[in-house]
Amino acid sequence: MFFDSDLLMSALRALTPILLAALGGALCERAGVFNIGLEGMMLMGCFTAVTTSWFTGSPWLGVLAAALAAAAYSLILAVGAVTLRGDAVVLGIAMNLLSVGLTSFLLRTVFGVQGTFDDPSLAGLPLVGGFSPLAYLAWAAVAVATLMLSRHVWGLRLRGVGEAPRAAATLGVSPAKYQYAAVLLSGVLCGLAGAQLALGNVTLFSENMTAGRGWIAVVAVMLGRALPLGVLLAALLFGLAEAAGFRLQGLGLPQQATDAAPYVVTLGALFLTTARRRRRTTPAGAVS
Amino acid sequence: MNRIAGALRSPVTFSVLAGVVIGALFLVGTGADPFTAYGAVLSGSLGADGIGSTLTTVTSVLGLALALAIPLRAGLINLGGDGQLVLGGMAAAVTGLYTPLPAPLTVLLALLAGMAAGAGYAALAALCENHFGVPLLVSSLLLSYPASSLASYLARYPLKEPGSSLPQTRQLPDGVALPAFGSSTVTVGLLLVVLAAATYWFTDRRTAIGYEIRMTGLNSRFAAYAGVERRGLTLRLMATSGALAGLVGAIGVLSFPYRFLDGALTAPGYTWTGLTAALLAGAAPLGTVLASFFFAVLQVGGLSMERTTEVPRELTQVLQAIVIVFLAARLRFPRGRLRKKAAV
Repeated sequence: MFFDSDLLMSALRALTPILLAALGGALCERAGVFNIGLEGMMLMGCFTAVTTSWFTGSPWLGVLAAALAAAAYSLILAVGAVTLRGDAVVLGIAMNLLSVGLTSFLLRTVFGVQGTFDDPSLAGLPLVGGFSPLAYLAWAAVAVATLMLSRHVWGLRLRGVGEAPRAAATLGVSPAKYQYAAVLLSGVLCGLAGAQLALGNVTLFSENMTAGRGWIAVVAVMLGRALPLGVLLAALLFGLAEAAGFRLQGLGLPQQATDAAPYVVTLGALFLTTARRRRRTTPAGAVS
Repeated sequence: MNRIAGALRSPVTFSVLAGVVIGALFLVGTGADPFTAYGAVLSGSLGADGIGSTLTTVTSVLGLALALAIPLRAGLINLGGDGQLVLGGMAAAVTGLYTPLPAPLTVLLALLAGMAAGAGYAALAALCENHFGVPLLVSSLLLSYPASSLASYLARYPLKEPGSSLPQTRQLPDGVALPAFGSSTVTVGLLLVVLAAATYWFTDRRTAIGYEIRMTGLNSRFAAYAGVERRGLTLRLMATSGALAGLVGAIGVLSFPYRFLDGALTAPGYTWTGLTAALLAGAAPLGTVLASFFFAVLQVGGLSMERTTEVPRELTQVLQAIVIVFLAARLRFPRGRLRKKAAV
C-alpha cells in the first residue's frame, strides 16, 4: 500500500519546519512586510541550536538559543525595511546569503570542520508520541495564530497595519511597532524551525542544510493566502511531496527525481491556485 | 573635492567600507591581523600567481552578474541563475560530445546550445509570471531546483563516464575546447563575456530598448502608460538573462576539465556572487563590471588569506553579504508589481 499511515506520519514530520517558518512569514505578510529572509533565519536557527546543544548538552537550551538568535538576526530586516525603509526583497536575499557565509565560517572556526558537523554525543530532541515536541508546538501555533488574527484586538491591529498603515496610524496604532513585532515573531518561529530541522529531523549541522525550505515556506505563505490554516494545508502538501519522494526512492526511482518533486509539486499548486483566483477576480475580457 | 565628498556619501562606497570594516572586526575576533589578511587577499588575487585565477573567476562572475543585471535594470529579479547555468553547461557538454562536425564548429554549436538551453529555461519562469501570475522571483527560484536535479541525474546515470567514480560525463573530444591564452586557464570565454558587457553598455545607453528597460525599472506604471509592453519585455529580458547564464555554463564545460562534472559549476556560488555584484552596481553596465571584478578578487584572494592567516575563506562570503545588507537598507529599487503580486 503506497498511501498508508506511515506516509502520513513522515509527511507530518517533514512539514514541521516549513509550517513554523511559514507561520512567521504569514504574520509578516499580514503586517505588510514582505519577508523572504525565512531561509536565512532558519539556517541561523539550525547552527545556534546545534552549537548550544553541543556545548551545554541540552537540546532544550539549543531550541531556546535558536529562537533568540534567529530573532536577533531578524532585526536586520526589521531595522532595514521598517525603520530605514530599505528594500525588503534585497534585504531578504542578502540575509539568506549572509547566513550561509556566516554559518559556514563559524562551522570552521568553532568546530574546525568543513561541510558537516556530526557527532554521536550531540543531543537531539526526544520524540513524544512519535513526534518532536516542536511539532506539537507548531500545531498549537496554528491555532493561536488563527485566534489572534481573527478574534484578538492585537491581530486586528496587525492586519490593519498591513492593509492601511496610514489609517492605522491615524487611529493611534503605530505601524512600526506591529511590524517589528511581526518580524521578530517570524524570527522566533524560524529559529524554532531551524532547531527542529537540526535537532529533530536529523541531529547534525551541515552547510546550507535548509536547502530551499525557507523558500518553500515563502511559497506556502502565498498558497495559503497568509492564513494560518491555509499555510498549514500548503505545508502539508509539501510534506506529502517530500514523504512520497522518499517512498518512491525506496521503490527504485533515482534520488534526483525525488529531490526535485517538492519544488515541482509546489510550483504546480501555485499555478492551480493563482490561475483559479485570477479567473474569479478578473472580469471576462479584461487585460490584467 | 566635491566629487570625493559625494563619492564618500554614496551608499555604494558606504556599504563597501562598512563591509571591509566589519570584516576587519571578524579578523580581529579570530586573532588575525586585518592588514596581513587583506594584504594576502590583494597579493593572492592580483599578484603574478593569482591573476590568471582571478580572470577565470571574473569570466563566470561577470557573466552571471550581467545575466542578473539585465532583468534587474527593469526591476525584475531572476533567482534561477543556478538552474540556467547547469542546463547551459549540460547542453554544451552533450553537443560537444555528440556533434560529428569539425572541432571549431562544434565549439560554436556548443556555446549556442548552452545559450539556448539557458534562455529557454529562463523564459519558462517568465511565462509562469506572465500567464500564471506566479511572481518571477519565486518561479525562477523554484524552477532552478529541478534543473539542477536533472543535470545531476544525467551526469550520474545516462551520460556518466564509464568506469569513473566521479559523477561526470566523458571528456570532450580533442580540440573541442575554448582556446586559452598562453599556458593560463584564461580562455576566450573572458572575451565573450566582456563583449556581452560592452553590448549591454551600448544597449543601455544608446538604444530605445535600453531606454524602455530603464524606464520600466524606474517606474513600471509610467513605462506601461508610455507603451512599454510589460509581458513581452519580461519574456525577452529573462531569455537574454538565461542565455548569458547558459553561456557561462557552456564556457565552464568548454574549459578545463572539458566535461560536465556534477556540482562543479554551482559549487563556487557564482550565481549569488553575480547577483550581489549586480545589486551593488544597481545593474548599471560599467558598475556591474567593476563590482564583478571586486568580488572575484575577494573570492580568489580569500584562498590565499586562508593560507596566510588560517582564517576560513568563507569570511569573504560574509563580507559580500554585509555589503548588500548595508546597501539594501539605504537604497530602494522600484518593484511595484512584484510587491502587489506577492501581497495576495
